[in-house]
Amino acid sequence: MTRLLLHRLGGLLTTLFLSSVVIFGSLYLAPGSPENVIFGSRTPSAAARAAVRHRLHLDQPLPVRYWDWLTGVLHGDLGTSMVTGQPVADRVGSGLGTTLLLVLMTMVLVVLIGLAMGLTAALLPGRVDGAVNAATSVSVTVPSFVASALLISLFAVKLGWFPASGLGQGFGGKVDGLVLPAVALAILSCGFLARVTRNAVRDQLEREHVQTALVRGLPRRTVLRSHVLRNALPPIVTAVGLLTAGTFASTLVVESAFAVPGIGQLTIQSVAQKDFPVVQAVALLLVAAFVVCNAASDLIQAVVDPRLREAGSTS
Amino acid sequence: MNRTKKLWQRANTTLGRSGMLAGGFLLVVLLAAVLAPLVAPADPNQSSLLDSYAGPSGAHLLGADGIGRDLLSRLIFGARTSLLGPALVVGVSLLLGIPLALLASWYGGWVDGVIARVFDLVYALPGLLLAVLTVALFGPGLTPAVVALSIAYIPFLARIVRAAARQQRVSPYVDALAVQGFGVLRITVRHILRNIVPVVVGQAAIAFGYALLDLASLSYLGLAVQAPTPDWGVMVSDSDALLKGYWLQVLAPGVLIVLTVLALTVVGARISGEKPPGYLRRRRPAGAALKDRAENDRTPVGAAA
Amino acid sequence: MTAPLLELAGLTVDITTEDGGTRTLLDGIDLSLAPGEALGLVGESGSGKSMTMRAVTRLLPRGAAVSGAVRYDGAEVLAMDAGALRRYRDREVGLVFQDPRAHVNPTRRIGAFLIEALVRNRGVGKREALARAAAVLAEVGIDDPQRRLRQYPHEVSGGMLQRVMIASVLLAEPRLILADEPTTALDVTIQREVVGILDRLRRERGMGMVFITHDLDLALAVCGRVAVMYAGRIVELRSADTLHERAAHPYTLGLLGSRPSIDERAQRLTAIPGRPVSAFESGPGCAFAPRCGFATAQCETTPPALAEFDDGLVRCSRVEEIHAARTEATA
Repeated sequence: MTRLLLHRLGGLLTTLFLSSVVIFGSLYLAPGSPENVIFGSRTPSAAARAAVRHRLHLDQPLPVRYWDWLTGVLHGDLGTSMVTGQPVADRVGSGLGTTLLLVLMTMVLVVLIGLAMGLTAALLPGRVDGAVNAATSVSVTVPSFVASALLISLFAVKLGWFPASGLGQGFGGKVDGLVLPAVALAILSCGFLARVTRNAVRDQLEREHVQTALVRGLPRRTVLRSHVLRNALPPIVTAVGLLTAGTFASTLVVESAFAVPGIGQLTIQSVAQKDFPVVQAVALLLVAAFVVCNAASDLIQAVVDPRLREAGSTS
Repeated sequence: MNRTKKLWQRANTTLGRSGMLAGGFLLVVLLAAVLAPLVAPADPNQSSLLDSYAGPSGAHLLGADGIGRDLLSRLIFGARTSLLGPALVVGVSLLLGIPLALLASWYGGWVDGVIARVFDLVYALPGLLLAVLTVALFGPGLTPAVVALSIAYIPFLARIVRAAARQQRVSPYVDALAVQGFGVLRITVRHILRNIVPVVVGQAAIAFGYALLDLASLSYLGLAVQAPTPDWGVMVSDSDALLKGYWLQVLAPGVLIVLTVLALTVVGARISGEKPPGYLRRRRPAGAALKDRAENDRTPVGAAA
Repeated sequence: MTAPLLELAGLTVDITTEDGGTRTLLDGIDLSLAPGEALGLVGESGSGKSMTMRAVTRLLPRGAAVSGAVRYDGAEVLAMDAGALRRYRDREVGLVFQDPRAHVNPTRRIGAFLIEALVRNRGVGKREALARAAAVLAEVGIDDPQRRLRQYPHEVSGGMLQRVMIASVLLAEPRLILADEPTTALDVTIQREVVGILDRLRRERGMGMVFITHDLDLALAVCGRVAVMYAGRIVELRSADTLHERAAHPYTLGLLGSRPSIDERAQRLTAIPGRPVSAFESGPGCAFAPRCGFATAQCETTPPALAEFDDGLVRCSRVEEIHAARTEATA
């Protein structure tokens, strides 16, 4: 178990390091120098350009700049926004809480609804299973921005139950404003999780060890809980990990659709403004979230299924 | 005549009822895209402020948008950009992915290992994020978005091809061919690739659907296809229409996206040989056995009682 | 004669297939087992021996229709409600399956597997249950039971896991054990050991047992009586001591003939020609007729009944003639 943990942690750090190199390197290899963002359409004097380049450390070789940036990141200094002049850490920090809350709300919905639908379909073969299957077939093809448009036109514009964009005051207002974005994010994932759950539970129901448990006279609920559901967990956990990671990526779209001031919207804004230090930071953050989710699901699986505990057996 | 009939029968058996329905829908969308200038009732970019948010009528079959452009024509022309992007993505990733996958499956060992590691790394970056970063570098447009997504989709398709090719690689007929002195290239292309065509085509159709979703999301964000060009993703981003309650202008392209992707998944799953889900198969004739008390015993946990 | 522990009367199982047809898997099985008795059910795969055991515990596949009677200690098993069925499965019968790897939940410790039924169904305390489990593990010949209780199924060998399965049955202290090819999935050397343990502990505790196997010798070694099954029917039933000498059904004779013997140097092994058929594949007459060397045209059309012959039960229309012919040949 410890070995697996170290193994996973090593893989996680390697991936993060490599992606940080890719992200940092590619942004500075972009056509058009970063300082042009500051000058806009003006043509600066050579001296002014040199001064700005020096301030942004652009006159130093790339590896040195990468090293400075990396040590800065490790000390919590993510650099300075080229557009607003604020520290990047402040901008990212103010949106991070909102995005985490949004992802949390989404995943609560996904797990509750997806599991319920999947279980119902698995345990009630025939008509119910067919209905759930049809519903999930459609829901896994609904992209979050179409769902957003649908929810806004129905619940915000027509019924006026929730705000169409932005967040209200206080925690309550925040949650209120995040309900529709969370639902928009959850629709596709619910369908996906329901399908995975249904297939995993179906598979376990047909296993011989479930028959053993039944023939020992155990109550149905016990058999369901301790044998069927418990053993069906690994694929479900993997799916939840993947979906959480995917939800972080989808916040780019949904936060823009609902004008939610999270890091997804910040990314899109910064991309439009070519604010490279901010793009770097949020991109790395999203990759980190993605990688951590996947590693976490691997570890949870190993807890559930002892056969996966030998290090490396899952990779 | 006879050949058409045969082709029809073959399609029917491969695709089944739902697959034929989905395939028919895709065909209609594809024809609309290709023949857009012929079938569209109006110029998709012809605006007329008098027709702002006009309802469905003889002049505008589905109505018009905020600046009076014909909605149906925009939907028809939108099919062009909406289908072209994903077609390019799937094409490029297959072109790069298949050789890599065949290389990995033929040689195995460290070649396979290195390719797998690189795929893992690309997999660690969500496709959407990769595309957003690329746009940050090169500015918004369909080309950077397609390039980024093509790279992101290579591991997805290549892994499937590798697994299918590996299965062929280890089957005896390949060794038999090798013993007969056929070259690696010939065996791989003429035999292995040919045998895995259904899986590749099926999965490519599914990947096409995902790429369509991703590209439409990017266009929605204003990062891929740019505004006046008619595109389904761009059309959904019309927040003015949305907030004023003109839902048809926003949801019609959205529904088209969902239906197209749904049809692609159904057709893709059928072609690659996945069994249709139970509810689509012919129902079992009502048997007395169902009512028998012993019926539920094998899967009693599955019963409602 | 004491009242039977288990009694099957006219037990028939039909299954509805995907395309809507019905197939008969078991066709009128009559059997009875006295308390403490061991009965062997012998036959090739598809003969219905496992289905018989499944019917006894009502562990039937989806779409299976059962008719006839399964009486356990006078109670009709097929009519039990859910609660009674659970009590019956928990306390009265214990099943030893063929493949312990598939039949023991791989994600839970061996200890958890062993005590689950005791704790859930009978409210035995966890500590007490674990102590009992350790004691039973020792009885089935497992060293260091305390350590084994903490291990996972994938960490022990198949033979050890089968002993764990036997221990789980013994823990429930049932009066009837159903063993379905308990050693088929094991190495040959371990087979005898596991069967030995099962046989000894069963005798010590006076449990009845139905022992299902395709190995006639194994059945003869552990059982008092042996029923030979073919195509969903019993074709011969007699005591284990006399089966060698008095076997009368052509199929049983074939089974005896198709196994090598040490005392006679057979010039060639007689195999039964053809392949075994299931009940639903057989014609209107005797199911064995197509493979039988003694079959006549009448055998193909008229089904024989299970009738008494030479202190046993035999299902063959020509049993008298065959017997006469054989005695003549050996005399």
